[in-house]
Amino acid sequence: MISAIVFMPLIGAILVGFMGRRIGDTGSMILTSSLVVLAAIFSAITLADVAFGHNPQHIVVLEWMRSGDFELDWAFKVDTLTAVMLFVVTGVSSLVHIYSIGYMSDDPHRPRFFAYLSLFTFAMLMLVTADNFVQLFFGWEGVGLASYLLIGFWFKKSTANAAAMKAFIVNRVGDFGFALGIFALFMVTGSVEFDAVFAQAAQYQGQSFNFLGYDVDILTTICLLLFVGAMGKSAQLFLHTWLPDAMEGPTPVSALIHAATMVTAGVFMVARCSPLFELAPVALEFVTVIGATTAIFAASVGLVQNDIKRVIAYSTCSQLGYMFFAIGVGAYPVAIFHLFTHAFFKALLFLGAGSVIHAMHHEQDMRKMGGLWKTIPFTYAMMLIGTVALMGFPGTAGYFSKDAVLEVAYAAHSGVGNYAFWMGIIAAFMTSFYSWRLIFMTFHGKTRADQHTFEHAHESPLVMLVPLVLLSIGALFAGYAFYDSFVGHHFQEFWGDAIFIADPENGVMHHFHDVPDWVKRLPIVMGGIGFVTAWLFYIKITSIPGALAKQFEPIYQFLLNKWYFDELYDLIFVRFSKWLGEKLWIFGDGKIIDGLGPDGVAASVMQVTKRVVALQTGYLYHYAFAMLIGVVGLVTYFLVWGVH
Amino acid sequence: MLSDWPVLSIVTFLPLVGAALLALLIRGDDETAKRNTRAFALWTSLVTFIVSLALWFGFDRDDAGFQFVEQAEWLGSGINYHMGVDGISILFVLLTTLITPICILVSWESINTRVKDYMIAFLFMETLMIGVFSALDMVLFYLFFEAGLIPMFLLIGIWGGPRRVYATFKFFLFTLLGSVLMLVAMIAMYLQAGTTDIPTLMNHEFAASMQTWLWLGFFASFAVKMPMWPVHTWLPDAHVEAPTAGSVVLAGILLKMGGYGFLRFSLPMFPLASAQFADLVFFMSCVAVIYASLIALMQKDMKKLIAYSSVAHMGIVTIGIFTFNIQGVQGAIMQMISHGLVSGALFMCVGVIYDRMHTREIAAYGGLVHRMPIYAVVFLLFSLASVGLPGTAGFIGEFLTLVGAYKASTLVTVAAATGMVLGAAYMLWLYRRVVFGPLEKDSLKDILDMNRREILAFVPLIVGTMWMGIYPLPLFEITGPAVEQLISSYQAAIAAHDMAQPVLEHAPAAVHNAVSGH
Repeated sequence: MISAIVFMPLIGAILVGFMGRRIGDTGSMILTSSLVVLAAIFSAITLADVAFGHNPQHIVVLEWMRSGDFELDWAFKVDTLTAVMLFVVTGVSSLVHIYSIGYMSDDPHRPRFFAYLSLFTFAMLMLVTADNFVQLFFGWEGVGLASYLLIGFWFKKSTANAAAMKAFIVNRVGDFGFALGIFALFMVTGSVEFDAVFAQAAQYQGQSFNFLGYDVDILTTICLLLFVGAMGKSAQLFLHTWLPDAMEGPTPVSALIHAATMVTAGVFMVARCSPLFELAPVALEFVTVIGATTAIFAASVGLVQNDIKRVIAYSTCSQLGYMFFAIGVGAYPVAIFHLFTHAFFKALLFLGAGSVIHAMHHEQDMRKMGGLWKTIPFTYAMMLIGTVALMGFPGTAGYFSKDAVLEVAYAAHSGVGNYAFWMGIIAAFMTSFYSWRLIFMTFHGKTRADQHTFEHAHESPLVMLVPLVLLSIGALFAGYAFYDSFVGHHFQEFWGDAIFIADPENGVMHHFHDVPDWVKRLPIVMGGIGFVTAWLFYIKITSIPGALAKQFEPIYQFLLNKWYFDELYDLIFVRFSKWLGEKLWIFGDGKIIDGLGPDGVAASVMQVTKRVVALQTGYLYHYAFAMLIGVVGLVTYFLVWGVH
Repeated sequence: MLSDWPVLSIVTFLPLVGAALLALLIRGDDETAKRNTRAFALWTSLVTFIVSLALWFGFDRDDAGFQFVEQAEWLGSGINYHMGVDGISILFVLLTTLITPICILVSWESINTRVKDYMIAFLFMETLMIGVFSALDMVLFYLFFEAGLIPMFLLIGIWGGPRRVYATFKFFLFTLLGSVLMLVAMIAMYLQAGTTDIPTLMNHEFAASMQTWLWLGFFASFAVKMPMWPVHTWLPDAHVEAPTAGSVVLAGILLKMGGYGFLRFSLPMFPLASAQFADLVFFMSCVAVIYASLIALMQKDMKKLIAYSSVAHMGIVTIGIFTFNIQGVQGAIMQMISHGLVSGALFMCVGVIYDRMHTREIAAYGGLVHRMPIYAVVFLLFSLASVGLPGTAGFIGEFLTLVGAYKASTLVTVAAATGMVLGAAYMLWLYRRVVFGPLEKDSLKDILDMNRREILAFVPLIVGTMWMGIYPLPLFEITGPAVEQLISSYQAAIAAHDMAQPVLEHAPAAVHNAVSGH
């Protein structure tokens, strides 16, 4: 059954990708969608069997590599963590497939789109079912590829192509760290298989090895390297720049890849590696700080964005930060719980935004919207549900998971825990503010859309609305329904061996149930303040935002320009690399190597043939001497000093 | 039955026989003659490939030594005709027999002048390339190794681009330098050991001081062939001027001779010197990876870009070889095979559009996906394989090499792994500029997608690339024993040296640390 879940989307992708024209547009859409829906049904059964029936599985599919003691297979490891992810991935993916039938209805390249979606689903499933680091890496880069293809789906748009490339390359920076982490793990433990690596982890605690000439703690270094990969994939601070740009892709893609599944892969990976991270407290502190800082950074940028999708994108970035600082304080189940509920309400918000964009004929700027609740009331209702869930209104999914995240941070009673808690609280205010700002700007007030667009704004077809309904059910009830299993007092029963917690009896996972009442209420209060502020700014006295922006022009520009990360990176990395490449080419290869080497010799030979006298001027000797000196110098160095 | 046949010699000389027949049988210069020439050459290379499969199926996977060995009296005084393949060389022989028919298919329409001469040169070159990988006598090896340059000079010099004379000259100058030094080293070895027999020499223990000089002699030649920084500048020019098939062979096979040479000569015959110079090789390789990748980023000519990417990829290979561990060496072999498939295919991708537009300027293209969807898919696949996406051949080699390299030195690994990022940058940027975007240029409005012959030429490479990525196990099995033996005899030599010279203990110990320590 596991193999069926994983490979059905691949089969769909291959069939539709290569024979899309023969199968036809409708056939392609139905084929891929039904295969993914089937996979979702199987995943639900698997979740019941593995997580609630306590029946983890391990299946070897094919031998992969055998090089000395470097041995690994294509294999599936399905425990509770994987089962939860399987459910999320196939569930959201099937809804997105169905939704796309409506959303992409006028696109000429539908088979290609559906092939990519299914390919993504396959890669993501390979990622979450991996039983070793290399297969995880396969899925990791596979989702990166699918994301690249889907962001650049509209390949005529040069911004889309640029965004696709950026996403891939920034992720590669993360993967660079991830790969180094895997190499280090193999050198230390002699294996890349999860079970074997984790079984040995404890014996390396507190030991050090040599990395780049420094003696450093083994597990801390490895965990930090792995986390760099997670930072790339999950768009954490410093490696987040690709995610907002990724909104160039079609909106269903944003919902599936850039909200519900792929970007959470980093969270999944760190949770999967809990046996390592638990033994590396310094690395966990780093995770907490990065997570908390990302949460507040992204929320602050989200406050002032005008593109409806970018607001949600920054929100995603910020929520991922929440998940990471929950992990950082050692509450992996809470992080996964938030991942789980977030998948519902964030996919709902994106698909809802898609419905708005669909209604507005691909207009994404909220400044050109407003008053839409009358024309698209159903979408409005769905977006409202998504918003209350995101801000953590009592009873909704976000309330249970986000509050749990904040409570564990408080319960950690550590420096970084407190930092994360307060950052999270402020970010909660901002979250509420930008979410309601989005609602108010889009749906309320007098419309700012032109007459024609506004009058032709229409509710989306049923095929798009049904997925919204299903997601809204999740957004409302997934928190309440799964709270006890995921993070309740008996969470260990549910997770089994999937997640390792160093101190399960006395850790945050128990203490967070007993935090003071004000800690439990504060997030709700902050949400309320956010709502009121947004209402004041965008409904009551609409002149405030403009006045504030003018008053605090530098701050406004700083936020609007996303803390100038893009400009900075462009300067240090992109331009510098290009400049260096150019110089190395012209001077390194051209002037120095060729100049002293073949061209120099050629020139000398010319000289010789023309005027033998030229020899006396020393040209040939000159070059030959320079080359000889260089070679002799290099060789001597390694002969004499190189051996030490 | 089959084992009685001299399979290896048949595979080696079949193309030469074909070339000779071509020279004798086909007359005239009309269209019919050209067609017959192409068909005959293609069939010769296909039959060679099929016969070479006998090597693959008949090879004993548990035997680390040489198989299909043939030996005959040749020049006397210890110089014999001695052929054979082991787990390392067999893959290169097969790569050669696979690539050659593809090259002939690629040249089908693009070569239209002196077709007969071209095909003769090509088939002759195939014989010489196979010979390099299966020769077990140094003199024989040298003969094949050097003679292989002649058809390559001709390919570039006759069928090449406008600056072919300069490119040939540069190519010649660099290789000449290397070859002379290698020849000197070989003569010295013969004088010392009294034989040119490679298996015998592999067990001959040269004195440590002598190893140093011999190693340097061979290194000069192999480094140019690889090519390693800073003797790589002949490669971009040679590629740019060579016809498409010439580039495919150059990238696919000729470059592999350097790596093969390190594995066949430097490591087994001069283990002490190899250990001594490992840091030099690491240094040059890391520079190559970063330096060539950065330069590739700025190229305006597609072929030059891919040529510089080859330099970077070969840097990974040399790192792998000099890690002296199984993952590193096996990874290096995988990387060479994969590079043979992938960069060959990338040059073919350039060839496809060059044949249509007669330019390799990146700026002259854009938006090809609108007119050439099949081409877009094929080009994307190989771009990603070149970037080392898991599931393709490129990943296996690169990843495994770096796994091995990490054991040898973290610094080297970090430097080399930057290639992962830079590689993605230059390949995807190339792809974006050529394939994506709107189709705006008038000259491209009627460009046609790949025809059947072109697709057919790509199919084996696509299959090979995917197969290596997903199920590389057969390749691991066939190379495993030979690589393990190579490593263990290397380690034995190092250990023996450490034991024998306690006085000088510090030096080799330091070497050993440098190799396995950090």
